[in-house]
Amino acid sequence: MFEPVLLRNVDVPDGHLLSTYQVGGGYQALTKALGEYTPDEIVELVKESNLRGRGGAGFPTGMKWSFVPKAAGKPKYLCCNADEGEPGTFKDRIIMERDPHQLIEGLAVSAYAIGAETAYVYIRGEYVTAIRRMEQAIAQAHENGYLGTGILGSNFKFMVHIHRGAGAYICGEETAMLESLEGKRAQPRLKPPFPAVAGLYASPTVINNVETLACVPHIVMRGSAWFRGIGPDRSPGPKLYCVSGQVRKPGLYELPMGISLRELVEEYAGGPLPGRKVKAVIPGGVSAPVIPESDLEVGMDFDSLAAAGSMLGSAGVVVIDDSTCMVKIATRIIEFFHHESCGKCTPCREGLNWTVKVLRRIEAGEGETGDLEQLEMLCKGIFGNTFCALGDGAAMGLRAALKHFREEFVAHIEERRCPFH
Amino acid sequence: MTMREEIEAAAARYPDRRSAIMPALMIAQKEHGHLPGPVLEDVAEILGVERVWVYELVTFYTLFHTEPIGRFHLQLCDNVSCMLCGSEALLKHLETTLRIKKGETTADGVFTLSTVECLGACEMAPVMQVGDDYHGNLDNARLDALLESFRAAERVASVERAHPPSPGE
Repeated sequence: MFEPVLLRNVDVPDGHLLSTYQVGGGYQALTKALGEYTPDEIVELVKESNLRGRGGAGFPTGMKWSFVPKAAGKPKYLCCNADEGEPGTFKDRIIMERDPHQLIEGLAVSAYAIGAETAYVYIRGEYVTAIRRMEQAIAQAHENGYLGTGILGSNFKFMVHIHRGAGAYICGEETAMLESLEGKRAQPRLKPPFPAVAGLYASPTVINNVETLACVPHIVMRGSAWFRGIGPDRSPGPKLYCVSGQVRKPGLYELPMGISLRELVEEYAGGPLPGRKVKAVIPGGVSAPVIPESDLEVGMDFDSLAAAGSMLGSAGVVVIDDSTCMVKIATRIIEFFHHESCGKCTPCREGLNWTVKVLRRIEAGEGETGDLEQLEMLCKGIFGNTFCALGDGAAMGLRAALKHFREEFVAHIEERRCPFH
Repeated sequence: MTMREEIEAAAARYPDRRSAIMPALMIAQKEHGHLPGPVLEDVAEILGVERVWVYELVTFYTLFHTEPIGRFHLQLCDNVSCMLCGSEALLKHLETTLRIKKGETTADGVFTLSTVECLGACEMAPVMQVGDDYHGNLDNARLDALLESFRAAERVASVERAHPPSPGE
């Protein structure tokens, strides 16, 4: 029987208060980490757990930490990516609003592991409630000796600061976030150097997602074998799935990695609305290529979704039913990426502008023969030719819509109208 | 705290004062409602940073407003999850009720209507942010009730603006 851990406090009244968190065993992981483990042993423990980053890329967390140089010298920074802008995603907001101490404890244990004394939590500017709850929780943790100097009688010193974003999706890209933290326009950096070597203020920096950090205290308390025992060995652990769209029970579900998309949508989220059929599901935020209904058996983990030509991404599961036009969905998604392109790389900035124009005219019934080939050419021109993954996500998503729902695009062009209107 | 003190407190969180421009702009916008040129220059002067560094942020991030906006900024999400749950009809309802198009402000300066990208609250789609608050599971009736509550709050605020309490009260 799977026991939720990440969401165990979210429905508890006053789950955001320190007293509630302490009743549930809060800050015992930090006590255990400081008392029983060296920093290197924490890194090893997280490596053994096979925890992979929950922000979208799925990079092994312990390995990321091990890239931080051991040498003293420049200060090391821990940054928490709480920018959560991927459409269809709301898991990090719920953790921060309803169980902020879980994140703060994860930050403290992770900072101890990598040797950081300062963390910045970059929270998107719209999340005002999350920001207030986090600030309140940081103050409470500080007053009670879980943050500050000489934490829990050790010589570990650590402080957390909130940095409020201001409405730019691109800040979820880790190097753009670092630029933003340095007070600049959020335009991604060319890698290398990787942030672990030269990140924030050119110092060694680790950037982890909220959910990733929230897993860390549980790994310390329950062990790496427990974590690896949940879901597929190469992509294990408890996972938060954000379900939305045309589905009976939208919401946040904590279930094992690797659960089938069909089980998630049909059993946990209640299936389609009355009288409707599921047509397609976006499994990991709008950057993730759409999965047609016939392929819903796919496992919700990094490797299974990659093998199916999509990705787990942020696990923003958007359910689309048979009343909805896929050309319209594709157009809306590309409009989003066009709006959020930072403008640095020409293929993304200009390519998405052209792509939006072609898609809008197809949706309006003004498409022409050759438009689909032009869309494919534009995708080819964008994919792989930009500093960051924003353009790649747009191109992959559009390619998948063209592949799985080509007949809808063709019908728009041939009938010179949207068949769904 | 004065605006200057608040900005100084924010700057103390970073090793480089340039990092404090974003928080300083948030503080200044809260104080002034929007960010006209002289306010941007104040921010640059308080932090001791290049003015162009301040201008380049204001023109990049969508939550900063260089022009005045309505006292209630209705920010309706129209990204995929909200669209699937009916945000287009809600936008039409707001445009009809307020007699403005998206991007516009009512003549009395009370409401500005915008559509925004995903607010990260898709479990309660369709969603609208107004000020600091999210309003979810919207339909026309809920929108009408919300607009009425904003108008009522505005009536109280306008009386207070016309008759400010004397310092002794």
